[in-house]
Amino acid sequence: MSELAIEREIDRSKMQVSDEVAIEITNMNKWYGAFHVLRDINLTVQRGERIVIAGPSGSGKSTLIRCINALEEHQQGQIVVDGTVLSSDLKNIDKIRSEVGMVFQHFNLFPHLTILENCTLAPIWVRKIPRKEAEETAMHFLEKVKIPEQADKYPGQLSGGQQQRVAIARSLCMMPRIMLFDEPTSALDPEMIKEVLDTMIELAEEGMTMLCVTHEMGFARQVANRVIFMDQGQIVEQNEPEEFFNNPQSDRTKLFLSQILGH
Amino acid sequence: MSDLSFVRTEMLPEKEPPASTVGAIGWARENLFSGWFNSILTVVSLTVIYYVLSTLLTWAISPTWSATSLGECRDILAEVGREGHYAGACWGVIRDRWIQLLFGFYPSELYWRPILAFILLGVALAPVLFSDKVTPKLLWFSAVFPFLFPWLLWGGTIWAPLAVIAGFVIGWFVYKAVDASAGSLAGIIAAVVAAVVWWMFLSGYVVNGVPNPDDPNAVGGLNALLPIGIEAVESRNFGGFMLSITIGVVAIACSLPLGIVLALGRQSDLLIVKALCVGFIEFIRGVPLITLLFVASTLLNIFMPPGTNFDIILRVIIMATLFASAYMAEVIRGGLAALPKGQYEGADSLGLNYWQAQRLIIMPQALKISIPGIVSTFIGLFKDTTLVSIIGLLDPLGLSNSIRADAAWNGIVWEIYGFIALMFFVFCFAMSRYSMYLERKLHTGHR
Repeated sequence: MSELAIEREIDRSKMQVSDEVAIEITNMNKWYGAFHVLRDINLTVQRGERIVIAGPSGSGKSTLIRCINALEEHQQGQIVVDGTVLSSDLKNIDKIRSEVGMVFQHFNLFPHLTILENCTLAPIWVRKIPRKEAEETAMHFLEKVKIPEQADKYPGQLSGGQQQRVAIARSLCMMPRIMLFDEPTSALDPEMIKEVLDTMIELAEEGMTMLCVTHEMGFARQVANRVIFMDQGQIVEQNEPEEFFNNPQSDRTKLFLSQILGH
Repeated sequence: MSDLSFVRTEMLPEKEPPASTVGAIGWARENLFSGWFNSILTVVSLTVIYYVLSTLLTWAISPTWSATSLGECRDILAEVGREGHYAGACWGVIRDRWIQLLFGFYPSELYWRPILAFILLGVALAPVLFSDKVTPKLLWFSAVFPFLFPWLLWGGTIWAPLAVIAGFVIGWFVYKAVDASAGSLAGIIAAVVAAVVWWMFLSGYVVNGVPNPDDPNAVGGLNALLPIGIEAVESRNFGGFMLSITIGVVAIACSLPLGIVLALGRQSDLLIVKALCVGFIEFIRGVPLITLLFVASTLLNIFMPPGTNFDIILRVIIMATLFASAYMAEVIRGGLAALPKGQYEGADSLGLNYWQAQRLIIMPQALKISIPGIVSTFIGLFKDTTLVSIIGLLDPLGLSNSIRADAAWNGIVWEIYGFIALMFFVFCFAMSRYSMYLERKLHTGHR
């Protein structure tokens, strides 16, 4: 929850928000049994946007981004991802999932496969790319996250930060147009948070559309173009990072920021 | 500078551990004599082991290998001055009957067939069991072997196994044809129906021709055109370890895939599939194997149309397979439950569909977790094959009764049962060691 300083200058030349809509969520509602987790969510994400979703635990932020690739099912409202309407049709769901990359808090790497196999599995089986080509792509992305030398190891032999970078590379191998991050640094030691954040920043610099649930407010301040604050299943406040941090409007946001940045 | 301050200027080098904690002395001190109580226990245990072994070995080392009856054994032992009930083992019975304990009443001039079948079984299993050491090309042989194996053992016309293969080929083509037009589920159903229709009705006509009501022994079809085959051996001549291993291996090989399907069905969201699987598993687990074997040997004939000859060994294999698959399903369900939810989500988030996720991500891990339980079920199943002696099949235990009823060997107990126990132990111990090897091989570090 600390505010980690990002030392280097961020290259903003490619970080441009286009008019094209990447994700459109209208009047979305979700219940767990009788519990109303997400209430009337309306959110439009343009291509190239870098959105940080913050909020106290249990506020529904993870559930929100998990609805976008149908890991959770919403009961009311509409979600359109890249022009595809998310319905219970399995073909649509698989299509959206192969276009949207997701990075989890606990990495969810496949422990019985090597790093390289983790990265080539989905391209080979879902995209039907030849193995050789898939391996070349995988090595390209492993170099990008700076661990090509670990390609033949198993996830259990890597540190948490390395595992999370592999997870990012694994998602990128599917050439997604949107990346979702579900608390990617929350399970990491402080020394490893930085290496993962650096990878995420590089991704942002290349113009990737990103939705990040995170408590890294330094990242939000410097990389995000929009910060969304959620509480009790609702979007309470959203703004540009500067405004959001320096001039929060609602009392709930002020309280949250004072607690998270107060020490 | 305050007293609290401390700065390390150089890192400490590694040192050797103290001599008393490593090596043979260290091991003995740690494990055998770590205190006065443990020292007493060690001495008492060693005494007991010495007493048991000395008695057992004196009994087992006995010059009776050439004896032809129990009486002759006693004479030989009396000559060397050993008298009494435990004077020595009578190994003549093993020399006299070991072939029977291996092959039952299989015709002796055809012993080469089961021997060849079991050697080839080893060849077919090698690429499956040791996939990293044996060329994967051998898998083709593994795929053909299930049809070759029964043909070698039971013999008969070559067209029977070929007709069975043809059923799979027909099913495959039907699947391809229907899958393209009506979807994969319809394709699977149509393929199964087509194959079953072929096996149950059509293949008989093709292989044996249209039955002639006047002369039921007349042959037609392919058998009349090209009568290629080897001498047939009837099931009642099967026996000994050949029978145990045949039932055990086939039931083991079939129960694993069936158990996987049942375990997945039990977790399915489809209500009817789930209810069927749960019902099957609970019913089979709620019934002793011996009652299933009785059903196989007696009741099943009542439900069959008169005149159908449904091989008794095949019926027993089916029952043993169903029995083991119910247990297998529960063992695998345990493995599935042990997988973190994140593995499913990881697979889902990459766009893998249900079957891809199961095959590539979930099952390899769930099966690895369940290896000890799966192998326990295998070992239990293999030992349970001895129950077939109760329904009159001559497995080693069934044969032991007839050997003991022989006038020459009447009164012998330990030698036969010891031999049978040793044979079972060899097989079960091999399975157990293999499972440990497999676990080590698949170990890829902690999650």
